[in-house]
Amino acid sequence: MSVAEFVSMGGYGFYVWGSVGACAVAMCVEPWLLRRQHRRVLRSLRLRRDPAAARGGHVAVEGTR
Amino acid sequence: MNWFRFASPASFYPLAGRLAPWFGGAAALFAAAGLYVGLVAAPTDATQGDAYRIIFVHVATAWMSMFIYLVMAFWCAVSLMFNARLAAMMAQALAPTGALFTALALVTGALWGKPTWGTYWAWDARMTSELILLFLYLGYMALRQAIDEPRRADRASAVLALVGAINVPIIYFSVKWWNTLHQGASVSLTSAPTMAAMMLTGMLLMALAAWFYSIAIALTRVRAIILERERHAGWVGEAALAARGAR
Repeated sequence: MSVAEFVSMGGYGFYVWGSVGACAVAMCVEPWLLRRQHRRVLRSLRLRRDPAAARGGHVAVEGTR
Repeated sequence: MNWFRFASPASFYPLAGRLAPWFGGAAALFAAAGLYVGLVAAPTDATQGDAYRIIFVHVATAWMSMFIYLVMAFWCAVSLMFNARLAAMMAQALAPTGALFTALALVTGALWGKPTWGTYWAWDARMTSELILLFLYLGYMALRQAIDEPRRADRASAVLALVGAINVPIIYFSVKWWNTLHQGASVSLTSAPTMAAMMLTGMLLMALAAWFYSIAIALTRVRAIILERERHAGWVGEAALAARGAR
């Protein structure tokens, strides 16, 4: 099976790769958003408890709510 | 070992953090194996051609969309019966991932419907009830958002989730109860036994990947929820400072 055949999926490439791609994108974006949310919470907690330590961090505090 | 110890957010937080990467790694391995079997190893279907390969992502996401709802409803019931904080947080952590799987089941279903049925969407019982499931997830999340006090939000959204649970058996049996465009569960796409075994292997691998992914995500999200909701507890501030040192 050639690469071109594999990509075309017997003419159903758009449907097959669209489905697989939608799932792949969703399952990369969700963990990424989650990691960002977790960091944001941690940062706001540090800011609340120890403002100096939070400011000294390598990440800017623009995202704190 | 006293398992009830982990019902306290303070002791569950580090446990979830240790477990999540393992489930995430398992999800990636199973997804890679499942995609290989489904897209490369499994032969082309005689009637549907390569379009049938959508089954490998469609079935896993559709199963997961229903299963997560049942798990969410279970945690809602536990939180109502025992007034358990962590159970409510688990339900809260599952809802967005359940909604995501429901949306993916609908999208992959539409992409499968077009080449095989000639339409992206039909108001068929299976599809309509799955769409209602998406609205139930979104309604649950919206209701939580609308109530400021977390414990009140827990109770109100738990009642909504439990009432909505009636929709899950409706989705599952819709293909039996009504004449649907969607195929029944018993219909096999092929007659060749080796093919069926290969398909089943691919589907199970993808289903397991979806399970591990959901567990990893729920554990990670519940950690963020614990920190936000328990922010007044002393251990939370210490965990936040310790996390900075660790990075």
